[in-house]
Amino acid sequence: MIVRLASLLGLLGLWIIAAWLGNDPEVLPMPGALLAPFWTELTSGPLLYHLAMTLIRVLWAFVLAMSVGLALGLVMGLFPKIDKWLDPWLVVFLNLPALVLIVLCYLWIGLNETAAILAVTLNKIPNVTTIIREGARALDPDLKAMAQVYRMSRRSYLRHVVLPQLAPFIAAAARSGVAVIWKIVLVAEFLGRSNGVGFQIHLYFQLFDVAHVLIYALSFIAVMLAVEWLLLQPWERHARRWRGA
Amino acid sequence: MIAVDVKFKRFGDTEVLRDIRFTVDAGETVALQGPSGIGKTTLLRLIAGIDNVFDGGIVRPDRLAMVFQEPTLLPWRSAIENIALVHPGLGEDAARAALDRVGIGAKADMFPGQMSLGQQRRLALARAFAARPQALILDEPFVSLDPELAQEMLELARSLIHEERPATIFVTHSREEAASLSDRVLSLGGQPATLVSHA
Repeated sequence: MIVRLASLLGLLGLWIIAAWLGNDPEVLPMPGALLAPFWTELTSGPLLYHLAMTLIRVLWAFVLAMSVGLALGLVMGLFPKIDKWLDPWLVVFLNLPALVLIVLCYLWIGLNETAAILAVTLNKIPNVTTIIREGARALDPDLKAMAQVYRMSRRSYLRHVVLPQLAPFIAAAARSGVAVIWKIVLVAEFLGRSNGVGFQIHLYFQLFDVAHVLIYALSFIAVMLAVEWLLLQPWERHARRWRGA
Repeated sequence: MIAVDVKFKRFGDTEVLRDIRFTVDAGETVALQGPSGIGKTTLLRLIAGIDNVFDGGIVRPDRLAMVFQEPTLLPWRSAIENIALVHPGLGEDAARAALDRVGIGAKADMFPGQMSLGQQRRLALARAFAARPQALILDEPFVSLDPELAQEMLELARSLIHEERPATIFVTHSREEAASLSDRVLSLGGQPATLVSHA
C-alpha cells in the first residue's frame, strides 16, 4: 500500500516537474490548478452526468462481452473441431482496430446507443474468448470423470466443477476487460455520441482546453479504480478463499 | 451386479484389451491384478462408463460409485458440499452422517486443502458410500499412502463394503490387500491384455 502510494506520488511529482519546465498552463497546467475547475464541474457542472453516461455504456459492454466471450471461449476450449473453424475468425477480430469497428457500426446501424455499445462489445469479445478458451483447455479431466461416474447434472457440473476452475481466467478477462472497454467507449463517444466523458473530451479538445480534458480523464480513472478496489478485488478474494485456507 | 463383456478396446491402432468377460454379484468383492501398464485402469474406466468407446457391452446398476487413485475432490467446496453436490438427493443430514461414518464429521465445513491426505481419502470414501452404491469401483485407492494409513483405510473400506454389500471391483498391486479384501482375484495379462486365470 505504501509502495503504491509512493509510486502514485512519484507520478504526480513528474507531472509537476514537467509543468514547471513547460511553464505554459495552456499546454500542461499544474495539478493544483485543476482543483478549482474540477470542483465547479462536479458541483455545478455536468461532470457527474457524463461520468454516469459513460459508466452505463461501460457496464453494458462489459456484461455483454463477458457473457458472449465466456460462452464462446468454453465452446471453443471444449470442442477442438469448433475451435478449428472459429479460430481464424478470432484472429481476424483480434486484429481489427477498434476504430474500424466503431466507424462501421455507426455507418451501418446509425449514430445511436445500440451502435456504440455493440461496437465496444464486439471489440472486447475476442479478447475474453481467448482468455477463457485457455481456461477451458486446462480443465481437470479427473474431476470430469468423477462428475460422470456420479452422474452430476450438467448444471451442477458447470456451476460447481467448471466455473470454479475458470475463476482465475474470468478474473483476468474481467480485469483487462474493464480497462480496455472504457478506453474504447471513450472513442465511441468521441466519434458519435452527444454525452459521456468521450464527448466532453471532444468538446474541450476543440476548445484546446487541456485542463478540462485532464479533469474528465482523471475523474473517470478514479471511478474505474473504485470499481477495481470495491468490486473486482473483493470478488476475487471471495472466489479464491479456498486457496489460502 | 456388474456384467462385463469387452470384445476389443483399442487406442488408435493399438489393441489394449481383448475378450474380457466376467460378472460380479451384489455383495461380492473382486480384485483385479496385473503388471502396471497392462490396462487395469482402462478396464475400470470402461466399467465405470467414463470411456464408452469399445466393442462389447457392460451392464452396471444405476447407483455406481468410484474411488480414484487420487482423492479427486472439489478443492473449492467444503467437505460437506463435496458430498451434497455430488448426491443432490441426499439431504444435509445424510451427508453429515456419511462424514461421521468415516470419522471426519468435525471437518464438515473445511476445504479439502485444509485436511490431511488421510482425511481427504476418508472424504473420498464417504462420497462413494454416501448414496448406498449398488456397485463400487476402487482404482488403487490406497496407493501412495504410508503402510499404517493404508492399513487403516483398508479396514475402513472393508467395514463399509460389509455394511452396504455393493458389487465391488478393485485394482491393487498388493497381494495382501487383494487377499484381505476380496472374495475372488482376476488377473490381467498378455498383449492385448485378457483374463489369464480365475482364482
